[in-house]
Amino acid sequence: MMRHMTCATPPASPATETMFSRILTSALFAGAAAGLIAALLQFVFVQPVLLHAELYESGELVHFGAEAVSAQPELPGLFADPMRDGLSVVFTMFTYTGYALVMVALMSMAERMGHAVTARAGLLWGLAGFISFHFAPGLSLAPEVPGVAAADVELRQIWWTATVAATGIAMWLIAFGSNAMAYGAAALLLLAPHLIGAPEPESFSGPVPTELGALFAARAFGVGMAAWVLLGGFAGYFWQAESKRADAHA
Amino acid sequence: MTTKTLKATVSGSAILPALFAVVLGLGIVTLAGHVQASALHDAAHDVRHATGFPCH
Repeated sequence: MMRHMTCATPPASPATETMFSRILTSALFAGAAAGLIAALLQFVFVQPVLLHAELYESGELVHFGAEAVSAQPELPGLFADPMRDGLSVVFTMFTYTGYALVMVALMSMAERMGHAVTARAGLLWGLAGFISFHFAPGLSLAPEVPGVAAADVELRQIWWTATVAATGIAMWLIAFGSNAMAYGAAALLLLAPHLIGAPEPESFSGPVPTELGALFAARAFGVGMAAWVLLGGFAGYFWQAESKRADAHA
Repeated sequence: MTTKTLKATVSGSAILPALFAVVLGLGIVTLAGHVQASALHDAAHDVRHATGFPCH
């Protein structure tokens, strides 16, 4: 009976629905898992640097003041502010789910073009995602420790978005383009945002020691790379599992 | 004619869900990373810094 009803509906709608629910399910699982791991890694490796920098941002500690300042101040422990930290977990999972939706959708297109999508291939997808969404924009707009001087936020967001788009297209061309023209275009797209240059502040006014700024950027990149590679692996795994399930039901 | 229509429907049914998922995903990333409404900014503050979005 059900079977008969499904057949009676126009062919596009059930296929569309199945495809979308496969993408959505895989992306939700992958994004939630990778986002949770990213949040935990950020608490251990990034948040202490951020809280330390905020002591300088607020003026509680002063760099190059009359007295030397200890590099190991008392910092609030993990989850000292449950509301703030809880929101960070939620938003990290939310952000990585957004990344996952984009990635799994592109995986479904790649599979349609005849490329196998597996957990192992997913690791490379994750690396490409990290380069597109985190590393490339961060190369000229370094991950900001609180308190740094920066250009107008809207201008930076425009540059960030354009850089992510250009780098993402370049990653696709490198992965799936198969001629010199595609690789050449990819190289141009990778270079252009940085040759044009990101919006820069008119003057420097950051009160945070350079040691903390450098550590923050390095940690943000490191945690981002780990989380993205896991996201890609999970996305490939869940996509394959969902496809097998869909095939079994067909 | 019938074959042509069917083909168009099938390829459309493959691209559309993917396109919709990409738009949804980018919408989520924009909401979490870029929207400057102050409640959203404050809630996502630490994540934006740690994830490399332009924040302030």
